[in-house]
Amino acid sequence: MALDKNQIAQRIAKEVKNGYYVNLGIGIPTLVANFVRNDIEVEFQSENGILGMGPFPYEGEEDPDLINAGKQTITALPGASFFDSAMSFSMIRGQHVDLTILGAMEVAQNGDIANWKIPGKMVKGMGGAMDLVASAENIIVAMMHTNKAGESKLLHQCTLPLTGVQCVKKIVTDLAVLEIKDYQFYLLERAPGVTVEEIKAATEGDLVVEGSIPEMQF
Amino acid sequence: MITKTVSNAQEACHGIQDGMTLMLGGFGLCGIPENCITELVRRNIKDVTCISNNAGVDDFGLGLLLQKKQIRKMVSSYVGENAEFERQMLSGELEVELIPQGTLAQRCQAAQSGIPAFYTPAGYGTEVAEGKESREFNGKMHVMEHAFKADFAFIKAWKGDTAGNLIFKGTARNFNPNMCGAAKITVVEVEELVPTGDLDPNEIHIPGIFVQRIFQGIHYEKRIEQLTTRKKG
Repeated sequence: MALDKNQIAQRIAKEVKNGYYVNLGIGIPTLVANFVRNDIEVEFQSENGILGMGPFPYEGEEDPDLINAGKQTITALPGASFFDSAMSFSMIRGQHVDLTILGAMEVAQNGDIANWKIPGKMVKGMGGAMDLVASAENIIVAMMHTNKAGESKLLHQCTLPLTGVQCVKKIVTDLAVLEIKDYQFYLLERAPGVTVEEIKAATEGDLVVEGSIPEMQF
Repeated sequence: MITKTVSNAQEACHGIQDGMTLMLGGFGLCGIPENCITELVRRNIKDVTCISNNAGVDDFGLGLLLQKKQIRKMVSSYVGENAEFERQMLSGELEVELIPQGTLAQRCQAAQSGIPAFYTPAGYGTEVAEGKESREFNGKMHVMEHAFKADFAFIKAWKGDTAGNLIFKGTARNFNPNMCGAAKITVVEVEELVPTGDLDPNEIHIPGIFVQRIFQGIHYEKRIEQLTTRKKG
């Protein structure tokens, strides 16, 4: 069975390690915060200027001066800090943020990512995505393996305008966990009940399958 | 101390003209200079270029200037939430330059700091880098970006004193400190204007040297764009 969005987030949460500062993109990545083990110390950064982002506020306690990069009202945890946008991106470009998790429209086997623009459609902008992917050492892409038309999003080459070049190292989809190495996709794990053949069929780019591929553990 | 106070938004916007380039602080609707935007609408200045991370919503923030077709060009990182913006952009009435958010912040910071240009890895290999000089540092490619040049910067701070020293609140800080002193004239509106000496110098985020005009703002709406809450229990 292919994973749903929460299960993708749950699997990615296992990649969040003790002591990490983590930036979460909009969509599936935001859900990751719900599944991080509570016996480890992790701080979430939102690029509009908070480190130590907490959950949504209780009804009636929302503060218009306290939002995340998705413009949602949030709370600040004890030990949180606020800062300006230039400092926020110093944390990001300066590689002080340990892990970036973001969504994508396409990923290529050389690590290129496209997630901001579809020609002919309304372009909303890249926000902080280009800064994040250009700088982060550790990027995990959270996305569906195929698009709504059933076409693979893991490609030989991206067809959409790029967000960054040769930057993605790991991808978690509804079907699989994959790593990008030597300009190829390496299959690491399968979603429970999903076969290697199904993953091959849904992957347009070169897929390397070495030995028996384990099912994901949650 | 050098006094920077003016009495209101009308006085603070003195000298503004059609065709100028304006910086406006804020992220979404959080930390936007509401009083100055209202004054820009009232003055009906035209053909301005706005440097602002976002473009407001249809009936608030920079959306109010868009409604009256006052903006010729937007320089932003994300412009999603505004139907009139989309209409003007698709019809060609409005020019839009989309740039990475960190680059936007740093181009403000560079202008504030007297750094004419800098290299960033953001956007290398994408259409953002087209026509720009690129260069390798430490085995990685970077794109050269220039400091902004702007006529006015409109800033929203939480507290300020009559000398122009500023303190921001929460994530309403965002681009505001980076835009202070990044334009020829920096105009600040605050929720609470206090006498010089009332702010603890240890807690000042932006010193008054970066500020030319400061005034006590009125009638803050502080609209929430995406209200998200959880239930107790």
